[in-house]
Amino acid sequence: MKLRISALALTAALAGQSAAAQTEIEFWHAFTGRLGELVAEQVETFNASQSEYTVTASHKGNYSETLNAGIAAFRAGEQPDILMVFEVGTATMMAAKGAVKPVYEVMADAGAAFDPDAYIGAVKGYYTDTEGNMLSLPFNSSTPVLWVNEDALEAAGIARDVDLSTWEQVGEVLTTLKDSGNDCPLTTAWQSWIHLENLSAYHDVPFATQENGFAGLDTELALNGPVQVKHIETMGQWAQDGKFIYAGRRNEGGANFRAGECALFTESSAGYAGISSEAEFDFAVRPLPYWSDAEGAPQNTIIGGASLWVMEGQSDEEYKGVAAFLNFLSSPEIQAKWHQDTGYLPITEAAAELTREQGFYDENPGTDIAVIQMTSKAPTANSKGIRLGNFDQVRGIIDEELEAVWSGDKSAQEALDSAKTRGDQLLRRFEQANR
Amino acid sequence: MEKRVIFKGVWLPLLLIAPQMLITAVFFFYPAGQAVWQSLFIPDPFGLSMQYVGLGNFEYLLSDPYYRASFLTTAIFSTLVTLVSMGLALYLAVLADRLIKGSGTYRTLLIWPYAVAPAVAGVLWMFMFNTRVGVITWYLGQLGYDWNHVLNGTEAMGLVVIASAWGRISYNFLFFLAGLQSIPRSVIEAAAIDGAGFWTRFRTIVFPLLSPTTFFLLVVNIVYAFFETFGVIHTITAGGPQQSTTILVYKVYADGFVGQDLGSSAAQSVILLLVVGALTVLQFKYVERKVHY
Repeated sequence: MKLRISALALTAALAGQSAAAQTEIEFWHAFTGRLGELVAEQVETFNASQSEYTVTASHKGNYSETLNAGIAAFRAGEQPDILMVFEVGTATMMAAKGAVKPVYEVMADAGAAFDPDAYIGAVKGYYTDTEGNMLSLPFNSSTPVLWVNEDALEAAGIARDVDLSTWEQVGEVLTTLKDSGNDCPLTTAWQSWIHLENLSAYHDVPFATQENGFAGLDTELALNGPVQVKHIETMGQWAQDGKFIYAGRRNEGGANFRAGECALFTESSAGYAGISSEAEFDFAVRPLPYWSDAEGAPQNTIIGGASLWVMEGQSDEEYKGVAAFLNFLSSPEIQAKWHQDTGYLPITEAAAELTREQGFYDENPGTDIAVIQMTSKAPTANSKGIRLGNFDQVRGIIDEELEAVWSGDKSAQEALDSAKTRGDQLLRRFEQANR
Repeated sequence: MEKRVIFKGVWLPLLLIAPQMLITAVFFFYPAGQAVWQSLFIPDPFGLSMQYVGLGNFEYLLSDPYYRASFLTTAIFSTLVTLVSMGLALYLAVLADRLIKGSGTYRTLLIWPYAVAPAVAGVLWMFMFNTRVGVITWYLGQLGYDWNHVLNGTEAMGLVVIASAWGRISYNFLFFLAGLQSIPRSVIEAAAIDGAGFWTRFRTIVFPLLSPTTFFLLVVNIVYAFFETFGVIHTITAGGPQQSTTILVYKVYADGFVGQDLGSSAAQSVILLLVVGALTVLQFKYVERKVHY
C-alpha cells in the first residue's frame, strides 16, 4: 500500500515537473514542400537542443493566408507567439502597435543576447524602424537574379559565358535567340518585385516618396520615373516581338524555365532549390542586369521573403522561449545550412562567412551572386527596401497595369501613371486607417 | 371558398416559426447588420482602432472607375454562366429524358461534376488551358489559335465562365430532368397525335410546363454566379488580366481577405446585397408572371 502511494506521488511529481518545464511556443509559417520540411527540421533541432521550451510549428497556407490567419487569430485573442509575415505585409504589421511586440523589445525583456549589427545591412534595414530598432526577425530573404539556360544559348550560337550584365546586352542576346527560332527567350516571375521595385533600388531611384515609405505613411508612388518607364517600355516592346513571354503574376514562369523552354529567367535567388533539382540542362546564375546609361547603377537590390513577428499578449515565460528560438534561428550554423539548402540569403555576416569557409560557393558557382549583389554597396534611401501599406493590393494594381503593357493595350508611361494614381488611393486609405 | 387554416392564439405559431427566424437572424441579419455597420468605418486589420468615415467608403468605391466597370463585368459573367449552364443542362436533360436504355448511367455521369468544389474545378480548367503546358491550349495551337488567357481578357472571361458553368450543369440537369419527367405523358402524346412535331411540342407544351423549374433555376443560378464563383476566379485568373474577370464578389473577397481593407469590403458587400435583393425582387415581379404552376 505504502509503495503504491509513493509510486503515485512520484508519478504525479514527474508529470507536474514536465508540464511546468515545457513552455509551448506557437509558430505559424507559410512553407510547404521542401521548405516546409526544412522548417520542421529547424524546429526539431531546437526542441531537441534544450528542454525548457517546445516550439510547435503549424502551416497556415500561403503568405497572404498566413497573415490573415494571424490577424483573425489576434482578433479572437488566440494569436500565436510567432507569425511569419511576407515583406509586403511589413507596413501592416509595423502599424499594428498593440498587436505586435518588436523583436528588440522581446530580446531586451528576456535578457537575451542580441546584436542587431550581426545581421546583413540590406536584410536588416527592411525590418528596422527609423530609429534603428529591429522590429521583426528576418527569416527567409531572397533577391532577384538572372537565371540562364546555357544550353539554349549555345543552341542559338551564343557563347555560354556571354556578358549579360546590362539590359542592352540582354536585348541583343534576345534578338539572336528569337532569330534562331527560340520560342521563349525571356520570362519572369514576380514582375512588380523584380522589374519595378528592384529595378528602382538597383538604379538608385525612388519607388515611392518618403524613402520608399520608410519615413512616413504620407508616401506616394514614384514608379513612373524615366528609368522605370524606359525599362517597362523596352520590356513591352520585347513582349510584342515575342522575345519576352509573360507567364503570370507569381512564379508561373518557373515551370517553363525549369522545363528548358526559356533561355533567360528573372527570378528570386531562392529559385535555386527548384531549378537545381529539376533542370536537365546547364544553368547559370548571373547578377540582375542594369541599364548602363543610368547613373549610380548598379546600386544594390532589395529583398523579398518573410520575417518573423512576435505577437502581443503572451506570458513572459513564452517570450523568453521566443527569444531563445529566434536566437537559435539566427545562429551561424542554422543560417548557413538554410542558405545552402534553399538559396535564400544568409541573414547574418557570420552565416555568410561560415558558408564561404565550408567551400559551398566554390562547389556551387553562382550561389554567392545574390549575396554580393545585395551587399556590395551600402544601401541608400532608395535601396533600403519598400514599406507601403496595402502593398499586396498595390502590387495587384501594378500587375494589372503591366499586363496592359505586355498585351499592347497601354504605353509604359500610361500604365505606370495609372498605377501611380490608383496605388496612391490605396496608400491614402492605409494612412487614414492608421492615423 | 378557400379553406384557411389559422392557428389559435399567438404563441404556437410564433414558436413554430422561431427556429427559422433564429437561423435567419444568426446567419443573415446579424452578419448583414455587421456589414452595414462596418461599412461606415475604415478599421485597421487587427481591430485595434476604427475611423468613422460615414459614407466615405461608398464614395471611394463609386468614384473608382474600375469598381464601376466591375458591375458590367459581373452582369456579363452572370448572364453567360446562367445561360450556358441552364442551356446545356436543358439540352442534356431533353436528350436524357428521351433515352430508354442506359439512362441511369448517363444521368450518373452527368451528375458527377456537381461533386467537384468550385476551386478544384478552377484548378482543373486552369491546367487544361495553361498557356504553356495545357492540353487544350496545345490542340488550339495545332489549329493555329494562340490561346493566352493570361493576357487576353476575353479569353480569360470565357475560361472562367466555362469553369463556373461546368459544375453547375449537373445541378441544373437534375432539376430539368425531374421537371421533364413530371410532365404528363398523355399531354405530349395527345399533341403528337394531333401532328405536332418535336419542336412544336417542346415550344408549346414542354417549355411552358417546365417554367416553374426554369424560374427556380434562374434565381438559384444567378445567385450562384454572383456569390459562389469566386473560388473559380481566384484559382484561374485572380480577377485579371486588368480586372477583366473581377466580378463584384471577387473584389469583396480580394479587398477584405487579401488586402485587409475591411471597410471597403464591407461597403461592397452592402452594395452587393442591394443589387442581388433588387434583382430577386425584379425576377419575382416580372419573370414569375410568365410562370405557369
